[in-house]
Amino acid sequence: MNNFNIRPKDLTDQEYFYGHKACAGCGATIAVRLALKVLGERTYSVLPANCMSAVSFIYPQMAFTTNAIISPFASTGAMLSGVAAGARALGIKDFQTVGFAGDGGTADIGFQALSGAIDRGDDIIYICYDNEAYMNTGIQKSGLTPYGTKTTTSPAGENLPGAVTQKKNMFEIVAAHGIAYAATASIGYPNDFLRKLNKAKEVRGPVFLHILASCPTGWGSKTELTVELAKEAVDSGLWYLAEYENDEFTLNKNPKEFIPVEEYLFKQGRFKHLKEKDINVIIEQRDKKWEKIRKSWL
Amino acid sequence: MKSNRKFVSGDEAVALGVRLARPHIISAYPITPQTIVVERLADFVEDGSLKAEYMHVESEHSAMAAAMGVSSVGARAFTATSSQGLLHMAECVHYASGARFPIVMMNANRSIAVPWSIYGDQRDSLSMLDSGWIQVYVEDAQEALDMMIQAYKVAENPEVMTPFMVNLDGFVLTHTYEPIELPEQEMVDQFLPMYQTGNKMSMDEPKSLCFSTSPADNQEFKVMQHMAMEGSVDVIRQVDAEYGKVFGRSYHGLTESYRCDDADAVLMTLGSVTGTVRCVVDELREKGFKVGVFKIRFMRPFPKDEVMALGKAVSKLGVLEKNISFGNEGTVFTNVNSALMALDTKVQSKNYVGGLGGRDITKDHIRAIFMDLLNHDRFEERVEFIGMGCEINE
Repeated sequence: MNNFNIRPKDLTDQEYFYGHKACAGCGATIAVRLALKVLGERTYSVLPANCMSAVSFIYPQMAFTTNAIISPFASTGAMLSGVAAGARALGIKDFQTVGFAGDGGTADIGFQALSGAIDRGDDIIYICYDNEAYMNTGIQKSGLTPYGTKTTTSPAGENLPGAVTQKKNMFEIVAAHGIAYAATASIGYPNDFLRKLNKAKEVRGPVFLHILASCPTGWGSKTELTVELAKEAVDSGLWYLAEYENDEFTLNKNPKEFIPVEEYLFKQGRFKHLKEKDINVIIEQRDKKWEKIRKSWL
Repeated sequence: MKSNRKFVSGDEAVALGVRLARPHIISAYPITPQTIVVERLADFVEDGSLKAEYMHVESEHSAMAAAMGVSSVGARAFTATSSQGLLHMAECVHYASGARFPIVMMNANRSIAVPWSIYGDQRDSLSMLDSGWIQVYVEDAQEALDMMIQAYKVAENPEVMTPFMVNLDGFVLTHTYEPIELPEQEMVDQFLPMYQTGNKMSMDEPKSLCFSTSPADNQEFKVMQHMAMEGSVDVIRQVDAEYGKVFGRSYHGLTESYRCDDADAVLMTLGSVTGTVRCVVDELREKGFKVGVFKIRFMRPFPKDEVMALGKAVSKLGVLEKNISFGNEGTVFTNVNSALMALDTKVQSKNYVGGLGGRDITKDHIRAIFMDLLNHDRFEERVEFIGMGCEINE
């Protein structure tokens, strides 16, 4: 069996994504930068309307040194398929086609096109960088915004605790398509992410990587805590690292004990308002999820 | 010239034309009455007569997004749509022209809901007039086939680089069988060589496409797009003339004038109704009425010069169209009058709107239109709805 481990020192010194206008401490840029270092220079990137396209494609300053294109918001999956098919038809060999869509662009408006691309079995990599809201437009609730999150469209007050829905379960929804390979990741666990990217590069057929990427602006957190928060999300059990392949789920990290969720939540302005009963809802949801995970994925 | 006659529907003629143009990828979603086009193309891919990939997309929005992906690496893309599908695709239709991707699309003209109707009028494509696409309206299956080949040649011209929509009237054209001449593949290959462009993502010279601009730059891009569309007028004429030389058929450029030279009244048309009007013109000419028909083939770029030349020669013009811009008048009429405004002489013009939701426009209607035009020096009504089934109470 292939060992897909890749050491950080094996990464190329080449930068394929730099000179962009992202906020200080942006987690998504870490995901994109690392991904391109693994996927290499023969990569076509497709980005819908999102932070990464907004900060890196403003004429005449382009931040991608590899091929990249902005797709219509709803169309990451479809344009990825088109690029891959076009390149194949022209006889171009040895290339990667990767999409970098945000949580809203993936779980909401772009969901149909993602589903279609997986259904076609196209040889594409779809990376959802998840900062848990529509950040680019001013921090509005998306389908991947967790319960209790204060956003500009899910305000917290006397009547509501912020968002009242749970994160859509994109990983398992995607897996239910019978996708070639799907995985969750976090920029707080870069080695795990690198291994999954390396694997994604080798897999033939559609790949979905769902990476949690903290966002100081949207989360109301200190810029230097970006990576730490993404790690704590995993350590507190509010995010998990897993893979799906050949009809099987694998849990990559099974913490013996979770760090208290408050430790993670209260470092962020978006959760500062949460009351004890809301925290209890979050813990209850988490425990229920982990019970299922441990029962069926281990 | 070697040729091959076939008896096909308009949709099948489109599919045959597309096969001759050798697109790399067909990304399409089915919708009545476009469906036969994509079914035939799927057959051609299956039987190996078209070396292309048929991409099953999950919506028209994705069909155009995929086509843009194909075009973004420099490959040739085709799709087809109709009505609600075109509207669902609308965001991407604008996107493709801004990106300057020379995608060719067939649109089966069909009414727009509500009320639901699968039958033909031209409100779908005319609502996309400002999307930056070249738009041609064909009269018969032969013209449909020939235009698929011409469309790629025009769209891919380095000075044009603009997507191209070929419109066929739903059912009247898409599902009617007619004899056509099928050009030889080798001749088409010579006429339409492999697409070459610098506007693509390339491994040798990586590029960022479909970028953002600030207000400091955006307008220049839009003006360039406008200039390319204006410049396509000459390219359309050249390509049509060259096509005529090679294949023995040309379509008179952006418009076609029939018995207009000495006419007292001319009716302007769009699409398949032209054939019916031509018959009525012949009948009326035999009876001594000096009438003609002027087929507007291209709505974008708009044939301003040709319309002005007609306006100089004829004093009374009717515009017959299957479209209404609610609260105003037919869109074709607006465009025609805008061109006529530049003339010193005042031309009397009147808008005849009919055929909405697929209603027939009969020879009787057309005769009545010509009589209306001939018998009045001034028109009190600007817009007349023809073929009304009942009175609508006021």
